[in-house]
Amino acid sequence: MKQFLEGSYAVAEVIKLCRPGVISAYPITPQTHIVEGLAQIVADGELNSQFVNVESEHSAASVVLGGSAAGVRVYTASSSQGLILMSEVIFNIAGMRLPVVLTCANRSLSAPINIWNDQQDSVSLRDAGWVQLYAENNQEVVDLHLIAYRLGEDKSVMLPVMVCMDGFILTHGMEVVDMPEQDKVDKFLPPYKPLYKLDPDEPLSMGLLADPGYYTETRFAIQETQKEVLKFLPKISEEFRNVFGRDYRDCLVEEYLTEDAERVIVAMGSVCGTIKKVVDDFRAKGKKVGLLKIISFRPFPYARVYEALKNVPKVAVLDKSVSLGGMAAPLALEVKAAFCGKKKAPKIISSFVAGLGGRDITLDSVREVLKKLTAKEVNLEYIDLKQELLKDEYGG
Amino acid sequence: MFGPLIVKPQKSKGDNTGAWRIQSRPKFLQKDCIACRMCLLVCPEHCISGKEKNTYQTDYNYCKGCGLCARICPKKDIEMVEESSGDKQ
Amino acid sequence: MGDRLLYKPGHTACAGCGQAIAARLVIEAAGPNTIIANNTGCLEVFTTRYPESAWDVPWIHSLFENCAAVASGIEAALKYLGKKDSINVIAQAGDGGTADIGLQALSGMLERGHDILYVCYDNEAYMNTGIQRSGLTPYDTNTTTSPAGSKSAGNIRPKKPMPEIALAHGIPYVATSSAGYLQDIQRKVKKALSIKGPKYMQIHVPCPLGWRHESNLTMDVARLAVETGLYPLIEYENGALIGKRQISPKPVEEYLKTQGRFKHLLNNPAELKKVQEIADNNIKKYGLKVESQASSS
Repeated sequence: MKQFLEGSYAVAEVIKLCRPGVISAYPITPQTHIVEGLAQIVADGELNSQFVNVESEHSAASVVLGGSAAGVRVYTASSSQGLILMSEVIFNIAGMRLPVVLTCANRSLSAPINIWNDQQDSVSLRDAGWVQLYAENNQEVVDLHLIAYRLGEDKSVMLPVMVCMDGFILTHGMEVVDMPEQDKVDKFLPPYKPLYKLDPDEPLSMGLLADPGYYTETRFAIQETQKEVLKFLPKISEEFRNVFGRDYRDCLVEEYLTEDAERVIVAMGSVCGTIKKVVDDFRAKGKKVGLLKIISFRPFPYARVYEALKNVPKVAVLDKSVSLGGMAAPLALEVKAAFCGKKKAPKIISSFVAGLGGRDITLDSVREVLKKLTAKEVNLEYIDLKQELLKDEYGG
Repeated sequence: MFGPLIVKPQKSKGDNTGAWRIQSRPKFLQKDCIACRMCLLVCPEHCISGKEKNTYQTDYNYCKGCGLCARICPKKDIEMVEESSGDKQ
Repeated sequence: MGDRLLYKPGHTACAGCGQAIAARLVIEAAGPNTIIANNTGCLEVFTTRYPESAWDVPWIHSLFENCAAVASGIEAALKYLGKKDSINVIAQAGDGGTADIGLQALSGMLERGHDILYVCYDNEAYMNTGIQRSGLTPYDTNTTTSPAGSKSAGNIRPKKPMPEIALAHGIPYVATSSAGYLQDIQRKVKKALSIKGPKYMQIHVPCPLGWRHESNLTMDVARLAVETGLYPLIEYENGALIGKRQISPKPVEEYLKTQGRFKHLLNNPAELKKVQEIADNNIKKYGLKVESQASSS
């Protein structure tokens, strides 16, 4: 059913349809509307769930960890400092193979404190073992949550999934969303059947000390499962299309006019909508420009990226996060890695950074990226940088 | 793929901690035992068993020789003997 | 209980470990319909080193500071499943995991009213990492991070009043116990689990390695802590003091001289006096002296 909704409430509505038994969260801008929405849904009796208000994000993640270990579908959401405070538990959840679903309302990291959008928070947790899916718009936000539960809870996967949506841009943006019907959701997403759970009828110990004789294999197993997800996600996407009619193809990347493109921008999240507009404008003028949208950042679809870009002469990767001290921004590093040691490769893979701390990435910003995508490869090229603010002394 | 993740207790036999004993081991004399169960209660290893009077004994595969059972026995019916004495029971 | 051991031999605690004794008594008193969430610490490490586990009840370890929150999630899940009435949930941790790094999560658990028994095994320092002081290390204790020296008599602060902090949350049951009183532990665990809501128990558990006493003296040392008034055994229900172990107080030296961690105090009358004052305050505050009760009743 089509509804005109704020992104956060769209998330709350779709989570309701997923029927989690335990929800726990701690408020942080711009995640709050999501959990406020869910709290009201539970308070109104529309969802039978235990809503646990905690004293920190660390405990929110720990509560859903415990709930999941006890065999129940769980949900949490956070953002920025909250996600980073959770990070200890984030790694733990993945290591214990608990299929928690978390919405990250993407926001910058302090200092300086800034409540606006970029993707530094979730990107910084890329090594934690979670699947990370990035949404372009609120329809994708809704659909990716359904896919997240279906994927994470599959017995062959058993990994937590983070659905990343740009803070404010999506969380507070009003859009028409086709909200799925409950019967279709129930068909696509059967009740959670845990592989293991804390149950006095069948006692088991979870979270044991693994000494050097055992630890390596736990990491290897997650890595191999992440590789499997690259094959499994397309199958789930097909199931999704069969039930709901919307087609995310392999659900790893979206190729937008890349086939004959001479210049392609690679990006993830809501900025892809802006880029599509610029691509359309350029195409209208006969300029061969395209977009490669990354949906799955973890696992990263190297082979798909390779196939999509191998014949493209110039590639610009637009990051909304940085790896300070690195040679390129995080997404750019992955794209470059996809061509490491390959014969076919773009001549240029330039790394651009934009949209940090909520600075708007406008149509002009995207045009600037294309303008700077020349024969000379650039790395960590900041778009819309205000040189006048960079002085020799703090505060100038 | 999962790797080492959980342990089902039925499969767990524990470590052979009896090998830790270097000095002394408890000898259950089984003469004046009143089946008060204090030795069983205090044993940090939980490796003492017994029900009736003068039936209590320890499992030397696990006993670390801490001596708490001998210390707590109100009838002095458990004594610590030298590990090398070979006197097992 | 039958022959099923809920806590099996073969764990790797040090010989004479007080925490090993107490943890076993707790789970035996709680019975098989119990789920345990355990913080990082000695107990976690010595009972669950893959591929072995001493626990024949469902047991989970997540992190150093979050067992109260993990247990909260388990309890919420059991409520959702309609199974909470038939299953006990126990969160357990050491003194550092309780009074220091885990205090926030514990406070949240107590404040939210979860039906969980939280057990703190208090061996009065970070033993798993090598005897560093914690918020529950007693005054003047010699630890590796509060060493006694020419300008220090050891730990500079008294124990954080955890039972009072727990009590201030308005929870229905708070008790202290001791590895020196085995039946006391079991009685209090059973009592606690008969009450709905959050419960806090703190059990004094000697650590032969960290306290530096012989492994067969664990019980004796624990009892002396109680008998001197340094570790009062108290029990609160709905905010009211309903039980206390009364003593004919022994001088604190009798307790201190049993352990290497207090050896530096024995020729320091000024500091001994201060430790005696802590015991005297406890005795007065809780009315621990046997005579005082006889005269008042």
